[in-house]
Amino acid sequence: MIAFVTRRLLLGLLTTWLISVLSFAIIQLPPGDFVDAYIAQLASSGSAVSAEEARSLRELYGLGQPFYVQYGKWIARVVVGDFGESMEWRRPVIEVIGDRIWLTLALSFAALIVTWTLALPIGIYSAVRQYSFADYIFTFFGFIGIAVPNFLLALVIMYFAFTMLGASVGGLFSAEMTLAPWGWEKAWDLIKHLPLPAVILALAGTAQLVRIMRANLLDELRKPYVVTARAKGLSEMRTVLKYPVRAALNPFASNLAYQFPQLISGGIIISIVLGLPTVGPLLVKSLVAKDMFLAGTIVLLLGVLTVIGTFISDLVLMWVEPRLRHQLD
Amino acid sequence: MVEPILSVRGLRTQFVGPEGVVRAVDGVDFDVFEGRTLGVVGESGCGKSVTARSILRIVDRPGRVVGGSVMLRKADGSTVDLAGLTEEAMRDIRGPEIALVFQEPMASFSQHYTIGNQIMEGVRLHMGLDKHAARKRAIELLDMVGVPQPSRRIDEYPFQLSGGLRQRVMIAMALACDPRVLIADEPTTALDVTTQAQILDLLRQLQAERGLAIILITHDMGVIAEMAHDVSVMYLGRAVETGSVSDIFDRPQHPYTKALLRSIPTVMAKPRTRLPTIVGSIPHPFDRPAGCAFNPRCADMIAGVCDIAEPPPTNTGTRQVRCFLHGGRP
Repeated sequence: MIAFVTRRLLLGLLTTWLISVLSFAIIQLPPGDFVDAYIAQLASSGSAVSAEEARSLRELYGLGQPFYVQYGKWIARVVVGDFGESMEWRRPVIEVIGDRIWLTLALSFAALIVTWTLALPIGIYSAVRQYSFADYIFTFFGFIGIAVPNFLLALVIMYFAFTMLGASVGGLFSAEMTLAPWGWEKAWDLIKHLPLPAVILALAGTAQLVRIMRANLLDELRKPYVVTARAKGLSEMRTVLKYPVRAALNPFASNLAYQFPQLISGGIIISIVLGLPTVGPLLVKSLVAKDMFLAGTIVLLLGVLTVIGTFISDLVLMWVEPRLRHQLD
Repeated sequence: MVEPILSVRGLRTQFVGPEGVVRAVDGVDFDVFEGRTLGVVGESGCGKSVTARSILRIVDRPGRVVGGSVMLRKADGSTVDLAGLTEEAMRDIRGPEIALVFQEPMASFSQHYTIGNQIMEGVRLHMGLDKHAARKRAIELLDMVGVPQPSRRIDEYPFQLSGGLRQRVMIAMALACDPRVLIADEPTTALDVTTQAQILDLLRQLQAERGLAIILITHDMGVIAEMAHDVSVMYLGRAVETGSVSDIFDRPQHPYTKALLRSIPTVMAKPRTRLPTIVGSIPHPFDRPAGCAFNPRCADMIAGVCDIAEPPPTNTGTRQVRCFLHGGRP
């Protein structure tokens, strides 16, 4: 078991390394070296870079040297937390991203919780009462949830919230809280704003997971061990919840791995539509502006988060599946 | 005359589907006595397993018990009809009164809980024992059915056990709440021959110790001969011949019983001779023949009789037969 965890950990590190190479390749993508781009950008905004400054920048990032030397210099700085400077914002990348990475995490996590708390009971109900009226209703809304793009749903909900409730639903903070320093009040403000975008973000995933849960549970409900449980005199409720639902839970655990990156990438458009201060809109903006250090850093951070998510889902799967646990011993 | 502990009369179970109605169990009668084993034998699909599940009323949807009575004589001498009980009262029957042992011990256990967990569940539910006492009882049960090192094995998962051990654990689980009737649904089909003999020995020994009434469902006439006191031969959801094992094996009356007994391979047979088989195969359940269900495959079919009317049950002594050759001709 420890061997399994270690192997997963090492694989995770390897993946992280590959992601970092990829991120650096993204930084290097634009033609010419980025100091040229930097100078050009500054020139267009009216300020100039001295030749001295340009040379020291080239020295710093090893420009003109082979790719691996450049990568080495970059990664050595990244490891100590220096992600370079955003050209567009003229501030260190780390400052530009700032809270956004945590807000992205909070939003994704909230969406995940919404997904599970909705999908689990609905999926169980739909399977146990297959072809009932409620099952058809859930199926109907499930397909709508899968078919309608999230951002469209976001627009529709915003429209109705605005016209019917007179509420503005954009953002994660009230206007007066946006720039306020962190504290209980700001956190409470965030908690109040979080549910709506989380629900919108969660809907497609929920619909998918309901279908998965329903299909799995339908399979499990026909298995002989369910009859065994009934023959022991357990109530129907207890029989279903203890045995087949438990078996149908595995896909939920493994689903965690790909749900997470989906939430983050799916969140980009929603964040733009709802004006959320997450990394999604920042990534789009940085790519449009060819702000490569910012873009590369965001790609790197999201990649690392995905690797962590996958690792956690492996651990969860091992925890819920005794066969897997014992196979590894 | 000894009173039966379980008396099944006219049991009927149907599966209603979009293609039609399947009458999986269509009028089954039998009695089970304390300390005795009733063998229920028949080809695959003749309704043996559904009969077992119908007694406990755990037939999977869309199956439904539509008629008949299942009279259970309780320990205090009173009788209840299981067919008329509420679902809640029925749950107190499953386990403490009647327990089931299933065909596939692997599939019949959940792979997500330890065997201890799955045995203790019934004990705690029906006997009201606390966790500690239930665990102690589970270890005793495992020891009783011959599981080595029970206090260690109790924390293992079903997939860690061999097939024979799994079936032993299954029996321990069935006996957890001291049932008086044990229904064993093909308990040895999935096992190799040596393990099969061990499991049958175990059942016999437990029966002798506790006076268990056993309903043994099988398609194996050899197992019946070895284990059962009485036998009920089923064909297409009906008990066509019921009586004591020695009687039926010596003088089978129903043509189907005769054919079944003929098709048992023996070591005495001349080498390289063909084993007699029963012509044809079981009719499709939607396409039940008119008259006696066995008539298209029957060597002694009486044209104009067997394909028109259904033979009524005829009793001679302790035996009941449903065949026009043996009475009831219109």
